[in-house]
Amino acid sequence: MAELTKELSQVKGQEPAVPDEAVPNKDVPNKDVRVHPNPAPAGKRPLDVPTGTPTVIVDDLHIVYRVYGAASDSEKGNAVNAFTRLLKRQGRPEMKEVHAVKGVSFVSYHGDAIGVVGRNGSGKSTLLRAIAGLLPPHAGAVYTDGQPSLLGVNAALMRELTGERNIVLGCYAMGMTPSEVREKYQEIVDFSGIDEFVQLPMSTYSSGMGARLRFAISSAKTHDVLLIDEALATGDREFRKKSEERIRQIRESAGTVFLVAHDLRVIEETCNRVIWLHKGKIKMDGDPKEVLAAYNKG
Amino acid sequence: MSQPESAVADAQAGGRSGQEPLAKLAERYGLRRAIARPRFPVYVRQLWERRHFILTYATSRNVSKYSSSALGQLWQVLTPLLNAAIYFVMFGLILGGSKNVPNYPAFLLTGMFVFTYTQRTVTAGAKSISGNLSLIRALHFPRASLPLAYTIQELQQLAISMGVLLVLVVITGELPNWFWLLIPVVLLLQTLFNIGAGLVIARLGSSMRDLNQLLPFITRTWLYASGVFFSIQDRVVTGAHWPQWVANVMYLNPAASYIEWMRDILIESYHPENGHNPPTMVLVSCVFWAVFALGFGFWYFWRAEERYGRG
Repeated sequence: MAELTKELSQVKGQEPAVPDEAVPNKDVPNKDVRVHPNPAPAGKRPLDVPTGTPTVIVDDLHIVYRVYGAASDSEKGNAVNAFTRLLKRQGRPEMKEVHAVKGVSFVSYHGDAIGVVGRNGSGKSTLLRAIAGLLPPHAGAVYTDGQPSLLGVNAALMRELTGERNIVLGCYAMGMTPSEVREKYQEIVDFSGIDEFVQLPMSTYSSGMGARLRFAISSAKTHDVLLIDEALATGDREFRKKSEERIRQIRESAGTVFLVAHDLRVIEETCNRVIWLHKGKIKMDGDPKEVLAAYNKG
Repeated sequence: MSQPESAVADAQAGGRSGQEPLAKLAERYGLRRAIARPRFPVYVRQLWERRHFILTYATSRNVSKYSSSALGQLWQVLTPLLNAAIYFVMFGLILGGSKNVPNYPAFLLTGMFVFTYTQRTVTAGAKSISGNLSLIRALHFPRASLPLAYTIQELQQLAISMGVLLVLVVITGELPNWFWLLIPVVLLLQTLFNIGAGLVIARLGSSMRDLNQLLPFITRTWLYASGVFFSIQDRVVTGAHWPQWVANVMYLNPAASYIEWMRDILIESYHPENGHNPPTMVLVSCVFWAVFALGFGFWYFWRAEERYGRG
């Protein structure tokens, strides 16, 4: 959460450079620059090809966050300041509104693996959370087929508890039934490779072990639409290979995969389409090679 | 790879040239809004499907809560006991609150333990949404699971402290009798009330950041108004010569009602003229608050279901 806040306050910091578009205007067509290698003429588009079923439609999406505790240190926790603000009837400076996603539209189809790239604070994680239906849109809408899920269960786990308990808790948090939990339990322990440490509290784990267990738990469930937020860069080299293999499997069983990663090599290898987000807007959307080349240049 | 091309083409055709708005496209393929609030019956069903998560979450929190203190789970019992000891010295001995109350220690302990249950649930409920934003922003589940889990956590703690209370009450000279079988009924009603109150306060706490600072004062005022360490009837009517209806209104306060019923069950000499039954008014109040708080709490919490992630 702290990282997120930090990331978001960076967005806030960048905002003056962006032309003011706080009020979404539905009549004006989107001004996003979208480049595609071979823009297919609209008439030729295959209408009823089965693989052409849309799975996620994002329609002029705006996300506005409220961030608390973003005040500078001099303003914070000072009773006199708080009282003056109250007298002057000012809002609390610690509360800031961050316009993290500003009018994003795209359609994803069954079988797509979409990489999302962009600098820190460009709204990647926020966009993913909005697609997952975890952040309410300020304007616009996200339409989905089935329930998209975020790959990540970290927030439900408790450091003081044993790995054993955390596996059960994490599985239930993802919505598994007791029989599914029993079925997956051994698989999770084996995959994470933490062996007898499963009896010890997670606070005693090394950071690598913790990351392995978290990845093993969160990848134990299959999804229609899967959103992966930088889950790959965990653990040692051997585990990395294992987890990349697991991601490939998940991709095959899931309808559509969204992948946020800073490692562009991973995106180039696994995705068939890349969306480049810049300051909350789509700067480019299309073939991985083209977009990544432009991204590396810019 | 023709899919991405068709995808972009479709998006361009739909979103940019305005031939088919994206909302229409979504409708044509039967796609639903990602964050629509389910209808109320569906919501309750989803909540029931998450019962394993709710229970596991409550138990896990209970286990991890005291894992850092040396006495561990013992604090669940020690805290209300220490509180009761302080109030016994303050109100029983120094201020003379025990004057007209037979078996004052049992009277005080019962009030303290019953009130603590509601107070702790409300205090925990206020943080159940605002303290779990990262969880809400990462996973999908009916958000009422959180306040519900917090209430169940307190219920699990109550099971222990209730055992202690019964032992203490017996030590003060009360004998177990058939009326004690009604104890689970009172606790059930109180739990229903607590669930509802927890849901309401969870929604309030999710938008009012300052509620957590304010809550200790609210619960303390509530504690004093609920007659935990004095008899409302004795103080208000006999002592202060206020009209009877003031005392009646005070008994209608949910905490006071549950305390009153519990005392009637546990303490033989409390209202000898009633046997072990509380006045009808208290009974009605207990049932009313349970049903009303539960119904209203779920409805009120569900109304803001899709907004809890915003913080």
